[in-house]
Amino acid sequence: MAKAGPKRPLFLARASYRRRRLRDAARLLPIVGLGLLLLPLFLLTGTRDHLAARDVIYLFCVWLGMIVIAAIFAPGLRNRDAREGDED
Amino acid sequence: MTFNLLVTACLLYVIALFAVAFVVERRARMGRLGWLRSPLVYTLSLSIYCTAWTFYGAVGYAARSGLEFLTIYLGPTLVFIGWWLFLRKLVRIGRQYRVTSIADLISSRFGKSNSLGVIVTVIAVVAATPYIALQLQSVVLSFGIFATAIPEGAAGPDAGRTALWVAVGLALFTILFGTRNLDAREQHHGIVTAIAVEAVVKLVALLSVGCFVVWGIAGGLSDIVARIDASALPAWQVEPGRWTGLLFLAAAAVVTLPRMFQVMVVENDDEDQLVRASWAFPAYLFLMSLFIVPIAVVGLERLPVGSNPDMFVLTLPLAEGQGALAMLAFLGGFSSATSMVIVESLALATMISNHVVIPLWLRLRPRAAAGEDLRGVVLSARRVAIGAVLALGYGYYQLSGGYVALASIGLIAFLGAAQVLPALLAGLFWRGANRTGAMLGLITGFAIWCFTSFLPSFGPGAALSEAVFAQGLFGLGWLRPQSLFGVEGMDPLLHAMFWSLLLNTGMVCAGSLVTFPGPVERLQGAAFVNVFDGEVGPQRWARGQAEPEALLTMAQRILGEDAALALFQAAARGQGRDGFLPDPTPGFLGTLEARLAGSVGAATAHAMLSQLVGRATVTVDDLMAVASESAQILEYSAQLEAREAELTRTAGALREANAKLTQLSVQKDAFLSQISHELRTPMASVSAFSEILTEGDLPPAKVTRFGQIIHDEARRLTRLLDDLLDLSVLENGSVQLNLRLANLQGMLDTALTAAQHTRPERSFLIQRDLAYEAIHLRTDADRLTQVFINLISNARKYCDAATPELRIAVRQRAGRVMIDFIDNGRGIPKESQSLIFEKFARLTDANRAGGAGLGLAICREIMTNLGGSVAYLPGKGGTAFRLTVPLRLEERGIAARSG
Repeated sequence: MAKAGPKRPLFLARASYRRRRLRDAARLLPIVGLGLLLLPLFLLTGTRDHLAARDVIYLFCVWLGMIVIAAIFAPGLRNRDAREGDED
Repeated sequence: MTFNLLVTACLLYVIALFAVAFVVERRARMGRLGWLRSPLVYTLSLSIYCTAWTFYGAVGYAARSGLEFLTIYLGPTLVFIGWWLFLRKLVRIGRQYRVTSIADLISSRFGKSNSLGVIVTVIAVVAATPYIALQLQSVVLSFGIFATAIPEGAAGPDAGRTALWVAVGLALFTILFGTRNLDAREQHHGIVTAIAVEAVVKLVALLSVGCFVVWGIAGGLSDIVARIDASALPAWQVEPGRWTGLLFLAAAAVVTLPRMFQVMVVENDDEDQLVRASWAFPAYLFLMSLFIVPIAVVGLERLPVGSNPDMFVLTLPLAEGQGALAMLAFLGGFSSATSMVIVESLALATMISNHVVIPLWLRLRPRAAAGEDLRGVVLSARRVAIGAVLALGYGYYQLSGGYVALASIGLIAFLGAAQVLPALLAGLFWRGANRTGAMLGLITGFAIWCFTSFLPSFGPGAALSEAVFAQGLFGLGWLRPQSLFGVEGMDPLLHAMFWSLLLNTGMVCAGSLVTFPGPVERLQGAAFVNVFDGEVGPQRWARGQAEPEALLTMAQRILGEDAALALFQAAARGQGRDGFLPDPTPGFLGTLEARLAGSVGAATAHAMLSQLVGRATVTVDDLMAVASESAQILEYSAQLEAREAELTRTAGALREANAKLTQLSVQKDAFLSQISHELRTPMASVSAFSEILTEGDLPPAKVTRFGQIIHDEARRLTRLLDDLLDLSVLENGSVQLNLRLANLQGMLDTALTAAQHTRPERSFLIQRDLAYEAIHLRTDADRLTQVFINLISNARKYCDAATPELRIAVRQRAGRVMIDFIDNGRGIPKESQSLIFEKFARLTDANRAGGAGLGLAICREIMTNLGGSVAYLPGKGGTAFRLTVPLRLEERGIAARSG
């Protein structure tokens, strides 16, 4: 369905611009996270036969990082005014 | 510690949960929920993702397969931190359309088709049964461990009896708090809060055991790192397929598992809850898995070889003599199991009653059902369904009996639930997805999952015969359950996941591409996919012939008398009517359907309402009407805008025209009064002197003088009238031009000579540049000379310098000739410059005898007729005029100008 009418502004004020970019970042976050979680698959070529603690530490660090970033993003993504609509 | 103490603690714990649920329910009924609807409670309730499988099983999983267990938590983490992409839409749709379960969502999206709801319900029940059995088993196992740990354990419990009691207790709890009332939205605050409490208990329990292991048994963090490196824990199997596949599977399951859908979508109140959960739930999962590896490592070290790693969380504290900690761990595991079973059975019961029992009931007893209170039927159906689901789980537990690794059952259940994902994703993001596609996909995926994953999980010879395993179904080699289509050597889970989801998705797409959806499907599709645009509402009712009274009767059967009456009264008041019976307008019917859907699901609500409204389906015409309605609104507003702009333009033009007309009218009045004044003055003297002459008796000298005066005045009048005539001819553009080639220098000479008659007593210094003047113009030479004479005479008349000078400069540029007449007088003040070309404009009265003030007006008209212009040239030190004439005036140009 076509977006409604010609009312969609082409350029935005600074605040709304920031908010949109934050949404972009929020969309990007899981993709980057997935990349980091899959990274060891490319780096390790399975010859080790025992678990190394640093593997555990790496994964938990990535995990914690994702949580922290999501927590930083969260307040800005709250839908404060419905009128801004959805943008995408 | 005695076994009885354990049972007592367990009972006390359960009673406490009952109390929590009871208090919250009471507050909810009084509308005082407050912080109970906070994001924190929501996040904690999401933790039913962590079942006993997580609580006990994760350690076992880690002990068997290393870090692979992390995928089960990392998948949901990705989904939640990426909530903006998917969960946001899912939750918004769930709230907006009062979705009661995942089956309801799928059925509602694809044209409120109840058959889809039935299929999803069947999948959910089949996938959940072993999972529930798993929870019962974990409780039984943990009881068993305590029993064997106690010396006088001869009185230990019978496993089957324990499971039965647990199942009965859970059924009781769920029925009590899950089916108290039929809510407008399928929300259960009591249960949700109880689950939040349980979430805290299991987190605290697992963290306590973890801390005990790291700082109590091992010597702190660095020691545990060393132990992990030295442990016999299997390597992190760098198997890209399994790691990636399990990440995906867990991500899919966290959305599609019926219990997750229940707490995440159905129990959701507002988006803030989701915003907070987007990071808080991953954080919860993070904490839950933080100590899994240390517990596994230390457990393998400390406990005798052959002990069940699934129970390390419990056995490790017991072996170390930490009775209280073991009790806490036991309660944590108990919480995990019970909370999962409660919500799962509740969600399944909602699906079963809304999509199986009620439609059947309505079909079997269409007449008898008309009068009775359907709420009783719905609630009874749910109660029976809860019992049935738990009975199924118990039955499965008894059947499978033996010990199965917790993780494998969990993953199989995940995969079963994930079969809904293709239809769900397509439904939310692709308007073209339709019912046929969804149905084909679901059936295909379910069948393949059963054949390749679920049935084989019972082991060869149980559900599927050994022959089928070895030679394939019907002896067809490419139909072997664990190497479908001849794909050999794949991990069985990956194999099942690959084929079931691939073919499932393929069928969803192919079915949707090939078949044509019905109107309701298309409306629902547009409404769901564009839920944020708010342009398309869900399917709406045309004004049918429904009797308001019949509608009220039906609503009372489902919503209850008070709620239905309140709803109808509010609607009637909204329409400006008294009483309880509003008009069955499309808007009211839509609201009513939404309310009913919140209780019995979209498909049933739709079916019931369409029985009364008298039309079972929406027609294509309705569809078009909705589409064209919104298009019309858009078009209408665009038209309005265009019209408004046009009006503004017209108003502007009108205002301008009016101003001009007013100005012209003023000018005309001024002109008339001027002209009468100008005519009157000479006429007065003519009349006076001729009167004197008629009296006679005058000396001849006087007669001659008076006669001369009369003659002069008459000539002045004639000249004035000539000028006026000339002006009017020029203004009309009807002047006849006599075009020929003429020398500019000659014309200027003529003009200078002629102008000498004006104030002949003044001697002017004339500066000319003869070389530039040698231009032949094609123009009306007489007219142009007339303009020259006028300008030069003006200079002679008005230049007030002591030694007057007149400079005539000629320049030629781009086919036009510019002739400037510049004197060294005072010039014309700025404010008068725009006036001088007007008729009768005379700046001073000093030289009034000189003319009527029509000279420059005539000049301007002549120049316009000659295709040129005359303008005052400021900033030249004196009065300066610039004439511009075309070098070659063509006949065509004249025609165009006058035409």
